[in-house]
Order: sequence, then C-alpha cells, then structure tokens
Amino acid sequence: MTVNAPAADTGTETPHLVETVPDRVAEVRRSRSHARRRGHLVLGGLLVAWLLAMVVRTLLGDFTITVPDFWRIVLGTGEVPGGAEFILLDSKLPRAVVGTLAGVALGASGATFQLMARNPLASPDVLGLTMGASAAAVFTLVILGGSGAAVTLAALVGSALVAVALLTLSASRPGSAPTRMILVGIALSAMLTSVVHWVLLRADIYRAHEAMVWLTGSLNGVTWRQIGLLGVVVALALPLLLATARELHLVELGDDLAAGVGAPPGIVRARALLLVVLLVAATTSVCGPIAFVAFLSGPIARRLLGGRASIGAAALVGAVIVVLADHAGAYAVPEVNLPVGVVTGVVGAPFLLWLLTRERSSS
Amino acid sequence: MSTTTTSTPPTRGVLVGRRRTWWPLAVGLGAVVLAAAVSVAVGSRTLSPGEVVGGVEAVLRGVSTDPAGAVVAARVDRTIIGMVVGLAVAMSGAAMQGLTRNPLADPGILGVNAGAALAVVLGIQLLGIGSAGAFVWFALLGGIVAAVVVYAVSAAAPGGPAPLTMALAGAALTAGGVSVTAGLLVSDRSALDTFRFWQVGSVAGRPVDLVLDVLPLLVVSLLVVALSGPVLNATALGDDLERALGQRVHLSRAIVALGAVGLAACAVALAGPVGFVGLVVPHLVRLVTGPDYRRILLGSAIVGPVLVLLTDTLGRIVMPPSEIQVGIMTAVLGAPGLIWLVRRTAVR
Repeated sequence: MTVNAPAADTGTETPHLVETVPDRVAEVRRSRSHARRRGHLVLGGLLVAWLLAMVVRTLLGDFTITVPDFWRIVLGTGEVPGGAEFILLDSKLPRAVVGTLAGVALGASGATFQLMARNPLASPDVLGLTMGASAAAVFTLVILGGSGAAVTLAALVGSALVAVALLTLSASRPGSAPTRMILVGIALSAMLTSVVHWVLLRADIYRAHEAMVWLTGSLNGVTWRQIGLLGVVVALALPLLLATARELHLVELGDDLAAGVGAPPGIVRARALLLVVLLVAATTSVCGPIAFVAFLSGPIARRLLGGRASIGAAALVGAVIVVLADHAGAYAVPEVNLPVGVVTGVVGAPFLLWLLTRERSSS
Repeated sequence: MSTTTTSTPPTRGVLVGRRRTWWPLAVGLGAVVLAAAVSVAVGSRTLSPGEVVGGVEAVLRGVSTDPAGAVVAARVDRTIIGMVVGLAVAMSGAAMQGLTRNPLADPGILGVNAGAALAVVLGIQLLGIGSAGAFVWFALLGGIVAAVVVYAVSAAAPGGPAPLTMALAGAALTAGGVSVTAGLLVSDRSALDTFRFWQVGSVAGRPVDLVLDVLPLLVVSLLVVALSGPVLNATALGDDLERALGQRVHLSRAIVALGAVGLAACAVALAGPVGFVGLVVPHLVRLVTGPDYRRILLGSAIVGPVLVLLTDTLGRIVMPPSEIQVGIMTAVLGAPGLIWLVRRTAVR
C-alpha cells in the first residue's frame, strides 16, 4: 500500500487530512476524556470493592457481627453480648485495617517499580527487596534477640542494602536493562533465602515456628501499636509516591525528554526508590513478606484501566487482594487458619506463570 | 552459511578444535582424591594424616572403639554422599544448560529442586511415606512436573524460551511451592522441625545406605546423561541443523531431560536441595574444555564432587563449633557466581 499507492491517491488524501485536523483533535480529546472517565470509574469501583472486602472481613466468618452491633462496639454506645467486642476489636478489625495498609503499601510500591523498570516483572518481591527486609528482620529477631523498633530498623536497612546491591551489581539505572536487574534480584533472593533457612535452623523450634509463620506473611497477632506505626508510614509515603507518579510517567517516556520538561530522571528515580524501600520495609516488619501482592497489583490495575499504569489503582487492588486473601485463609479451610501469605502465594505463582506466557519479558 | 563451507565438508578438526590433552583429566581426578581426603580430615576436630589412615583402617576392620575411627566413619559417610550429590547436580546442570540452550539453567533456578522438595513434603504429610527409597520417586515426579511446567511456560512466552523467562518461571514455582509447604507445616510444629533441617541441603548425618536406596534411578540417569554429549552438541547447533543431521530431536531430548531431572531428584532425595553447583560447575569446566558437551559432562562429573566436598568442608570450619550446611554455603557462594554470569554473558 505505501509503496504501490498511485499518485492520484495521495493527491486526494492531502486536502482530506487538512480538513480533518480539527476532527482529529476532537477525537483525541474524546478518547482522552474517555480514558479519564474510565480511570475514575475503575478507581470508584475499586473503592467499592475494598469497602465490600472490609465488610466481609470484619462482619462475616465463623462469628457474624451485625451492622448495628458493629457501630455499637466501635463507638462504644452500648453493650454487645457474647464476646463480639473482643472478636471484633482484637481480631477482625485490626486484621482488616492492617491488611488494607499492607496491601496499599505493597500495591503502590510494586506498581512504582514496574513503572520505573518499564517491566511488569520487576516488582520489589521478584527483585528481592522484600526478602532483604525479612532476612534482616529474622536475623535481628532470632540471632540478635531484638524486637520492636530494632526489627523495623533492620528491615529498613536490609531492603535498602538489597536495593543498592541491585543497582550496583546490575550496573544499571532502574530504567535500563531490567532483564539483568531481575536476574541479579533472583540471585540475591536465593542467597537471602538460604540465610533465612540458616537462621531457622539455629533457633529453637518455638521461635522457628513463630518466625516461619511470620515469614509466610501473616496478619495474625498484629497489635494496634504496630498498625499505628504502619499507618503513619503509609500516610506519609503514599501521597509523596502518588505525587512522583506524574514525573515517573514522564521518565518512562525517555530520560532526555523528562530532563527537558523539568523532571531530572536521576532524582525522580532516587526519590521513588527511597519511598518504595520505606513502604516495603515497614510492611514487612509488621506482617512479614506477603508473597506476590506487590507483583500482582500493578498488572491487574493496568488491565482494569485498559493498559495505563496507575499507582493509586494498584494500591487499591493490593488492599482488596490482601483483605480478601486473609478472609479466605482464615475461613476457606475449616479448622485451619492459613496465613495470608499462603493464599497470595498459591494464587500468585500461577498468575506469574500466566503473565510470562503473555508478556514479552525480555527487552 | 556461505557456499564455501557447504562445498567442503567440515573436518573433524574443525568440530573438535583442539588437541586431545589428558593432563586436565589427571589433575581433576587428583583433585577429587585430595578433596575427599581433606573432607575426611578437616572439621571441628581436625585429624592428622596418620590419624586419618589409622581411622580408615579401624573402620575397615570394624573396630568401633578407636575415637579417630568414629570421627572418620561419620566423615567418610558424608564424603561419599557429598561426592554423589556433587556429581549428580553438576551433570544435571550441564545437561539442562545444553538442552535449553540457556546459560542460566540449573536444577535450583529452573524450580526442579523446589518441585522435588514439594512432592516429598506432600508425600510425607499426606501419604505418610518415610524411607529415602520412596522419597526419590516422589522427588522424581515433582521434578518432572516442575521441569515440564517451566519449559512449557517459557516455550509459550512470546519470543520463545529465553533465559529470563525460564528463571522467572522457576522462581515462581519455587515461591508457590514455599507457600504450599508453609500452608501444610504452619499448624504442625513437629513436621516443621523435620522439614527445616531437610529444606537446606546437607550431607551431614545422612546414613550412607541412602545411596543404595536411590541407586537404581541414579545409575540409569547417570548413564543417560553421560552418553548425552552428542545430543547436546547437536542441540547447540539449533533445531533445523540438528534435524538435518538426522537426530530425532524431540525423542532424544526428552530422554536426556528425563535423565537430567532424575539426577536432580536423586540429589534432592539424598541431601535436600543443593543450589548453584549445577549452574556454576559447567561454566567453570567450559573455560577449560571449550564448547564440546562430551568434555563438559566429563569435567562436570569431576569438578562437581570437588566443589561440593570443599564447600562442605569450608562450612565445617567457618563457624566452629557449629557448622553451616552445604546447601547454605553453595547458595551464599554460588549467587555471586550467577551475578557474575549475568554480567558476563549478554543475556537477552
């Protein structure tokens, strides 16, 4: 067509083109507003889905709590018989809240990494950041006998070290050569996994069991104090991350272009990396490395939005995943309380395999 | 391919490329003997050469009162198991690298170890199997399933089976297996106590009779893989050329793949997952032998045991009086090897 097109054809097409420029502009505007409307719809839908997940998690299960009872307990306006208050305030509500916070943090950090590396496979869990946090935390917990703030700090240092090692060893910026970075991440994960196994061997069996449950990723036994800590981190880091999203999209278009419009790529990436490390470390130190949530949320949000990446949507997807997976883990198998990480791991691994058959992973 | 090469048939010299020299083989065999001697002598209680000889004598005569003899007996067991595991894992890795034309193939990275380990855990937990003779068949089954899944996924990926896709599929399988295992063990503390020692590869405290349990599968797989050099060499040329040379591509490759997985399964049943040996050894060997897979397989069979024995010995003396299991040592020392490979080769 392009080669063999007769001259007469091009003659008629040129005026046609000129005529339709305003139409084209209108078309672009229409499709843009369409995409924006779809974005708003998806965000609204995800919010509703998250609320429903919260309702399911807090009110249903082995012990059903009615809506009036829920408000009575939470607002403290009346007595509710039968231990409902204990179950709600000490088990269901904290788990739902921490699940939301963890999901938001993991989903947002996963989507940020995938956006930075321009590769859906480059998420903090695949790259070993979560493994770095958990190896350092377990080491501190079991070998050094630390607790609380020391563990959080160790998780932070661990995942920061992995991030630095990733960048230096793959000799690449987060934007370039994701293949090499992913492979280096796999190597680092394998190494850290064996460190964790070694720590588990050195502990007595009760501590090892505790550490194993935590390593799987569990929302069980999370205290309101820890929830407050995680809440503060998410409340501080998430808005900053969402604010960098615009600049990250610019960086995605190309380094030179981004620098030209006032988004120096190095600074943008460093800031995003720092925030991701903070979110991942805080989440991991509270509820362990919940498998695949950081990896899953980005691609799911992208598919919902019809191909556009959105950190906000990914954060909401993460929250829905974690809250629902926790509910499924607690009640799907009778008599057995599965940690949330088992559920996300069993669901996430096939999804990663499926995604591998769909997306071009090498670049 | 230019017309000049098709008109003149390739001579043997072109394919083989270098003179046959036997000194690397002699050096390698000497290294195996030396590594075995070191593995018997060195540890939390290091023995003098005289004590080693006396201990070996005591073991052979069946005298159990000699203190050095007891130490030697335990160390001889783990040395034998370490040699078998090193041999199996290294040859399995070499065959996998040749079959998949993937420099990053290794029973650990491709998820075969994880599949084998998961199958064994399922067998213990759900069916109550207890002997290593049964472990090995479960390990084989799990390893085959994992290998098929990883290969099918990476073959279905756009752009064909790339090293990255395979590594990621293996990592996904490993992570999924860990989750299932955790789900099974989370409410069973005593099973966890067994499993946490089993999930790291270790040659310590394993009775040498285990080798007899896995012997049938070990011998068959070893024969298949040892004779697979020509198939792997043809595979390296690419599908079309291989078919043109008259190889029955799919059948022979499937048999070799089965042998490679069988070797990995034997190693898992003997010692648990020992990672990275299968990755690193063939690359080290290749530096000396060049690209001929017959030589790479032979070299891997020599270097693999040496590497496993030396890392095991290192693990004994690095943190006395406790020791670090060989699976942990190989992961900590081998991961930098993977990073080196990734940086060195231009992986797509």
